[in-house]
Amino acid sequence: MSALLQVRGLSHHYGRRIGCENVSFDLHPGELLCIVGESGSGKSTLLNTVAAQLTPTAGAVHYHQKNGDWLDLGALSEADRRRLAREEWGFVTQNPRDGLRLNVSAGANVAERLMALGQRDYGRLRDIARGWLERVEIDPARIDDAPTGFSGGMQQRLQIARTLVTQPRLVFMDEPTAGLDVSVQARILDLLRRLVNELGLAAIMVTHDLAVARLLAARTIVMQGGHVVESGLTDQILDDPQHAYTQLLVSSVLTT
Amino acid sequence: MTAAIASPAMLELRGLAKSFELHQQRDTRLDVLDDIDLTLHAGECVVLSGPSGAGKSTLLRVIYANYRTSRGAVRVRHDGNWLDLAEATPHQVLDVRRRTLGYVSQFLRVIPRVPALDIVAEPLIGAGVSVEDARQQASALLHRLNVPERLWPLPPGTFSGGEQQRVNIARGLIVPRPLLLLDEPTASLDAGNRQVVAQLLEEARNAGSAVLGIFHDEDMRDRVATRLFPMRPMALA
Ligand SMILES: Nc1ncnc2c1ncn2[C@@H]1O[C@H](COP(=O)(O)OP(=O)(O)OP(=O)(O)O)[C@@H](O)[C@H]1O
Ligand SMILES: Nc1ncnc2c1ncn2[C@@H]1O[C@H](COP(=O)(O)OP(=O)(O)OP(=O)(O)O)[C@@H](O)[C@H]1O
Ligand SMILES: [Mg+2]
Ligand SMILES: [Mg+2]
Repeated sequence: MSALLQVRGLSHHYGRRIGCENVSFDLHPGELLCIVGESGSGKSTLLNTVAAQLTPTAGAVHYHQKNGDWLDLGALSEADRRRLAREEWGFVTQNPRDGLRLNVSAGANVAERLMALGQRDYGRLRDIARGWLERVEIDPARIDDAPTGFSGGMQQRLQIARTLVTQPRLVFMDEPTAGLDVSVQARILDLLRRLVNELGLAAIMVTHDLAVARLLAARTIVMQGGHVVESGLTDQILDDPQHAYTQLLVSSVLTT
Repeated sequence: MTAAIASPAMLELRGLAKSFELHQQRDTRLDVLDDIDLTLHAGECVVLSGPSGAGKSTLLRVIYANYRTSRGAVRVRHDGNWLDLAEATPHQVLDVRRRTLGYVSQFLRVIPRVPALDIVAEPLIGAGVSVEDARQQASALLHRLNVPERLWPLPPGTFSGGEQQRVNIARGLIVPRPLLLLDEPTASLDAGNRQVVAQLLEEARNAGSAVLGIFHDEDMRDRVATRLFPMRPMALA
């Protein structure tokens, strides 16, 4: 089977400080991979370096494009990087306010990425936006409301709709449920789980919550101090952790 | 039984060992399995027997690659070829689980907000069956296992132990797989439902599946087993 993404020996240093160090993995189409670890372990750094938002200090990321060609993300022009982000990828940030445009309506937030791909038919865009609001369980009657008046959970669901509406092949998510109430979290996780299955998305998700990894990801990477200390099947890592740090992590939570 | 042995081998355990290194407990090492050899043929139902702590559940989990193998081989016949799960990549293991190797755990792992019917249908959809067909088959199986229809649209979090277990069995058996692992699937079921499970397993065997299970209930064991595989705790071995 052919991979979607190949990460090899990837490092990013902030000056002399290690962000992430010598990370390698493959991601296959339709697969959700979780990156777990404590605060400061390098999860966001790894995610952003893989997504070509940060420049690697060493190593390489290759991406299998929709047109079948392999792209070396390290050799990407700024224009190509933007094209990928627009046409083939999606990003979901921890704080929905970073991923949304707060001064325009919910409908415009959903439609914007489609418009960037050249869709102009206003009536059709509105229908699609309405459909996606419904899909993420936001009352379509709120299509003309600005997201500033939405709850945190609603904003996050709106961001998910805005990101997935273009049916990206690869989605990067950094703690999409952190900072939300547990019941709100459960709803968003259920939503993500369904959408990932229905759309056959590949995704990399950063989380510090092992239960989230168990629920969503077939494979997991465990990081500590910028290094990958363990990686493999999520259920194997959680039920039979090998590394001392993973054992500590697993034994510190009540149930997963 | 003779017929079973004449049929092709589906699973071969060779020199299998499993230890746990507990780094939180001053690196204590717990030896649970050592030098296990077992061959399982199509159409057989081998039942693991032995006292609590003998490592029966551990053995099933090692075969399913839920636990890592410490030593030895877990060879599974997958698509007509032998694959050693102890050496397989995560992607290979996932593919084996999708199509060849099923596992019914002791308890249902409830997924928040997902209805019982979808929990059962999901593995079929994962195997490529259309959503509608999958729901249809899930309904039929839940019906057979006497899960009341009014429960199907509800997430099983609030179900009784026996109801959850029947949802779990349905989820584990809905995709016909050549190799089935079952960890006390009938522990919380009444006699009638045990009977149903015994029938389902018999049908699976007749269709050529190989079954490896743990059944504490003696009636159930006598009913389903074609052979016993005795196990003993290692300290006593
Ligand atoms: N812009 C930066 N400049 C310097 N050091 C940074 C920068 N961003 C992150 N770091 C450092 O790199 C290391 C990894 O940080 P990173 O943000 O990747 O961690 P994380 O695992 O995402 O943590 P959290 O769970 O708290 O979000 C930390 O030591 C952090 O202080
Ligand atoms: N993940 C694990 N980490 C550490 N030790 C484990 C783990 N899983 C099982 N064990 C240990 O392995 C030994 C065998 O347990 P196992 O559950 O396989 O026994 P069993 O034969 O299934 O017993 P029972 O009949 O009571 O279910 C026990 O000492 C148990 O504590
Ligand atoms: Mg972070
Ligand atoms: Mg057991």
